[in-house]
Amino acid sequence: MGKITRIKFINTVFHIFNYCLMSVICCTMLYPFLYMFMASISDPIQVMKNKIVLIPKGITFHAYKMIFTTLNIGQGFKNSTIYTVVGTAINLFFTSITAYAMARKELAFRRFFTKAITFTMFFGGGLIPSYILVKNLNMIDSIWALTIPGAISTWNLLVLRSFFSQIPESLMESAKIDGANEMHILYKIIFPLSLPALATIGLFYAVGHWNSFFSALIFLNSSEKYPLQLMIRYIAIEGGTSDVLQNFNDIIWFQNIRYSVMIVSTLPIIMIYPFVQKFFASGVMIGALKG
Amino acid sequence: MRSINLVNKKAKSWFSYELIKAKNNKLLLFMFSLGLFYYIIFHYIPMIGISIAFRNYKAGQSFFGGNWVGFKHFIDFFNDPYFFQLLRNTMLINVYALVFGFPMPIIFALLLNEIGKKLFKKFVQTISYLPHFISTVIISGMVINFLSSQTGIVNKILVILFDIDPIPFMTRSQYFRGIYTITNIWKSIGWNSIIYIAAIAGVDVSLYDAAKVDGVGRFGKMWHITLPSIKPTIIVLLILAIGHMMSVGAESIILIYNPTIYETADVISTYIYRRGLGVDGSPNYSFATAVGLFNSVVNFSLLYITNWICRKYSDSSLW
Repeated sequence: MGKITRIKFINTVFHIFNYCLMSVICCTMLYPFLYMFMASISDPIQVMKNKIVLIPKGITFHAYKMIFTTLNIGQGFKNSTIYTVVGTAINLFFTSITAYAMARKELAFRRFFTKAITFTMFFGGGLIPSYILVKNLNMIDSIWALTIPGAISTWNLLVLRSFFSQIPESLMESAKIDGANEMHILYKIIFPLSLPALATIGLFYAVGHWNSFFSALIFLNSSEKYPLQLMIRYIAIEGGTSDVLQNFNDIIWFQNIRYSVMIVSTLPIIMIYPFVQKFFASGVMIGALKG
Repeated sequence: MRSINLVNKKAKSWFSYELIKAKNNKLLLFMFSLGLFYYIIFHYIPMIGISIAFRNYKAGQSFFGGNWVGFKHFIDFFNDPYFFQLLRNTMLINVYALVFGFPMPIIFALLLNEIGKKLFKKFVQTISYLPHFISTVIISGMVINFLSSQTGIVNKILVILFDIDPIPFMTRSQYFRGIYTITNIWKSIGWNSIIYIAAIAGVDVSLYDAAKVDGVGRFGKMWHITLPSIKPTIIVLLILAIGHMMSVGAESIILIYNPTIYETADVISTYIYRRGLGVDGSPNYSFATAVGLFNSVVNFSLLYITNWICRKYSDSSLW
């Protein structure tokens, strides 16, 4: 009897500990965003004095007004949206058509090509040769520098390929007998059957474009073309607001502005997140199926 | 001689077989050609471009411009006063990531698996993925602003809890590795656990029942059943992690470091970025490419060696 009660006791303690730990983990995941939001709407003097911990003090939305007027963050929003839409369209087109060809056994030199493509996951030219290439292709300071060099992510390509190869071949065979060519098969059979997979991969690409800053940093020169992330780097990390915030009344908003730009740019992600997170998690598993 | 002939014949028939396939499936080959061109132009041509590491390349030239200088740039790098600092920092940041970062998602998955309430489990899981989708810029912005000594929340909490003077975290080199490692764990613990959670879900339930009959406790089951069952997954991910050991990205570090903490924060990739793109001083393409090649070769060797070891001593390997 004594042993059983001891085991029960250990189990209970473990469960309490485990539930507490998981709750703490959730808090550390959410609190940073909550804090930034509270600080961004609090009275700037209180923020400067580092008085905000759990509740906002002296609510004001002035910082949000400033980032859209004085700092013109809307421009970055517009640019990022364009880059994301165009970039994702290019990604999906190139990735799906290549993955489809690689999934078909009829493709000549299929094994060789697959090996050559997989190799690029482990070895590449590196930053400088890739930079020089983009420069020599005259893509510098254009949207193409941000969208074309990353047109296919090899990981996504292989994931999609293994998804396509799970589609029964008999479907394609019978379509071929009915006179359909490869393009027809891709659009009429493969795409409708793999919409969830395409949506997942599209979402991965889209989030990647929305969040990316490095290619913009090295390839774009004109500041009016900067995506949102680069503007945030300038404002929230480098503190480069002194040229627009001239008088004292504006300068005190400095810290509020930093938090509000970060909140504003995260908002699209947090808003779509509850609806699409299922896709993301299943996306990882599509890849895991065939390793 | 005969065997060579045989091989040749076999190779030839393979080649002609593929050619026949190409002839019969021209449209398919055409569809593939788009991707093929992409890989040739944006992956294989930069690989040819590595040759500028052995030349004196100047801006505006083609990849074949400039005089051959052999290993000059590599020797320059090995004699660089920063060489050992860069190597040490790159290695240490990755050792930290491996020792502290790699086991975290596994532990998280094991503990989450013990949560009985489905709804709470789902909730924790969903919340834990969230940071994975937040951009590097935002995360770096949070790190810098939260750790600021005047307005940072972290110092505020430390002052309340321990009554100490605020610490200027971002200008003291001894804190960088810890900050970087913790940030990365925060960002990736949930997302990286997905694959383990799926692997755990696939464990044969009858094993647990058998263990129950034998009177094995909760931790015994974790240690003797769950962990061995997900071992192949762990090994494959471990090989991948080690294979990328030296490739700590410049992207996340250039956002949070500053010259006062280069002593611990400057890694090979950030050095390539600064020297190669002329962030400080004029760009030296050839030198930076040489440094990059050194980095890639070390990476690739690490991947190869780890895979070899895993193949020799366990059943799981990458290839």
